[in-house]
Amino acid sequence: MGDFIKEASNWLTQPTIFSLLSVALIVALVVFRRQLTTIPVIVAVFVGMTAYFVFAWSDPNFNKIITKPDNVPIIILLATVIFFTWLSLRRAVINDERIAKGEPTLEGELAKQKVFVWPDLVYSEFICLVAFTALLLVWSIEIPAPIEEPAATARTPNPSKAPWYFLGLQELLVYFDPWIAGVLLPGFIIAGLCAIPYVDPNPKGNGYYTFNERPFAITFYLVGFVLFWVAFVILGTFLRGPNWSFFGPFEYWDIHKLEPMVNVDLSTYFWVKLLDMPRPLNPWVRELPGIVLVLGYFLVTPALLAKTVFRTKFKEMGVVGYNITMHMLLWFALIPIKMALRWTVSLKYFVGMPEFFFNI
Amino acid sequence: MSKLKKISNSVTKTQLWRSVFRHGYPDTPRNRTLAVLSNVVLHLHPVKVRRSGIRLSYTWCMGGLTFFLFLIETLTGLLLMFYYRPTAELAYQDIFALREHVPLGVMREVHRWAAHLMVITVWLHMYRVFLTGSYKPPREFNWNVGVILLVITLLLSFTGYLLPWDQLAVWAITVGTNMARATPLLGHEGPGAALLSLGGLEFIHAGDDVRFGLLAGRFVGEGALLRFYVLHCVGFPLIAAGLMAVHFWRVRKDGGISGPL
Ligand code: HEM
Repeated sequence: MGDFIKEASNWLTQPTIFSLLSVALIVALVVFRRQLTTIPVIVAVFVGMTAYFVFAWSDPNFNKIITKPDNVPIIILLATVIFFTWLSLRRAVINDERIAKGEPTLEGELAKQKVFVWPDLVYSEFICLVAFTALLLVWSIEIPAPIEEPAATARTPNPSKAPWYFLGLQELLVYFDPWIAGVLLPGFIIAGLCAIPYVDPNPKGNGYYTFNERPFAITFYLVGFVLFWVAFVILGTFLRGPNWSFFGPFEYWDIHKLEPMVNVDLSTYFWVKLLDMPRPLNPWVRELPGIVLVLGYFLVTPALLAKTVFRTKFKEMGVVGYNITMHMLLWFALIPIKMALRWTVSLKYFVGMPEFFFNI
Repeated sequence: MSKLKKISNSVTKTQLWRSVFRHGYPDTPRNRTLAVLSNVVLHLHPVKVRRSGIRLSYTWCMGGLTFFLFLIETLTGLLLMFYYRPTAELAYQDIFALREHVPLGVMREVHRWAAHLMVITVWLHMYRVFLTGSYKPPREFNWNVGVILLVITLLLSFTGYLLPWDQLAVWAITVGTNMARATPLLGHEGPGAALLSLGGLEFIHAGDDVRFGLLAGRFVGEGALLRFYVLHCVGFPLIAAGLMAVHFWRVRKDGGISGPL
């Protein structure tokens, strides 16, 4: 039984399955939010997680990674994100039912009352403050901060990992070159966040939890934050070992584990496999199919969607807002697209021009 | 008058007491108002708030906790600065000594764990602000102040990561800053950088690109340590404090914590 759980865990956490499961989980959360946001569900989740940890604790490989002092925050991140996602969806479900019946929302009911900051707010702030001070002190006394060997620029540790909050971006390096994963996408994330209030035309859902009034926005943030940020941080921390190879939670971090690299550029698919001829020497001709594809993706898709699925969105947002939103979304959509193509047809680059450090 | 009352009066009726506690115990509307208005810290709050906005189940207290953790970081960071010397020779040794020899060396632990927590609470704060639609008018501006605060929080954490000067620190920063090499046009391995050349003379190379600017060198060395130290202890905290002042001010000016109207 124990071995079965370990093997199943190792299998379920490999990047493909892990990502697909995360997607499935978010879809399930959105679709079955009414059933999943009950109290027994969250109790069951936390009891289940605790039981799993207790079971896994005795395993030397699992124990080694989980008890690293710097990994404690990741466990806190996991637990709090699960809890607050559940809580916010629960309140959204309740509010949506109330709105449907024409009643005021949970927040709307309380908003009518005004209370003195002293004591109503000051006391709860004070309790939070004391609780957190206590938590920090206990944590600090119990778990010493790590200090490794002195810096030596000649000895590269394996794996070399960025600080944990950037591990999502490091994970993207598997699929993209650094100029996309490390510069372009972070830049777009910041710019995209700044743009949110200006491109969201929906005036509803301001100041209370709801899902039905802003289904697109909420789903977008769940996917972006919970999946592409938090889940990737967890993947990068616990499941990526030496050489950034994948290791299941019960697997030994073997430096010699090598994953075969057999990825193929789109140009090879086009010229060699489809047309059965050698790739042209001129990089521009060689990469023409990829360039056309990428340009088409970014230039034609927004127009196509504006005429079809997003017709109303296009009207609401206006030309500028729509185009900004679409281009951001298309860049982020490139991540799952590239991942899927890597897993299925081992695609390396759509456009591969190492001559100019320009690979997409 | 009872004896007890007399004793208490002899304390609370003095000039000294009254100069510190300028009003009676806040159990009447008048004194509750005064308590908030006459104290510079509490005065961040309005006197009265909508009940919906102060529910833990609504705000999760995450903005408040982020601010609290920032204060903890300032305090513990200040204490750590008394011991820590940012040079390649001494940095590691000083951090090491904190655990073994320095009284209250546990400040390093508090500083590190609170820093990790602060990253988590900022993310959750932003999550809550998004899910309650609190970025919508009139709070667009404050959302943007928040986005910059998020970036500054991450940069604070990132610059601090280098200071222990151990293998973990140096290599995490190496991995992190390696990305800057690939900046389009401005990194020496970035797309387009090769275009910036004139007759075989390259303008962007490993000795002058953005990564070089970040690290004050071609690799993470003493220059980077000093640069990160100054930014971590002075530069970013000042920016963060200034932006937080704006952030809290805007929360008040935008009508307090959001709620349905
Ligand atoms: C150092 C980081 C930050 C601190 C100390 C901070 C602090 C606070 C505090 C204390 C509040 C009052 C309400 C609450 O606690 O939820 C608040 C509200 C707000 N914050 Fe932040 N915040 C930070 C970062 C951010 C970020 C990253 C964002 C979003 C991008 C953001 C956007 C907002 C908005 C829009 C409000 C108004 C919310 C409302 O009225 O419901 N803040 N912040």
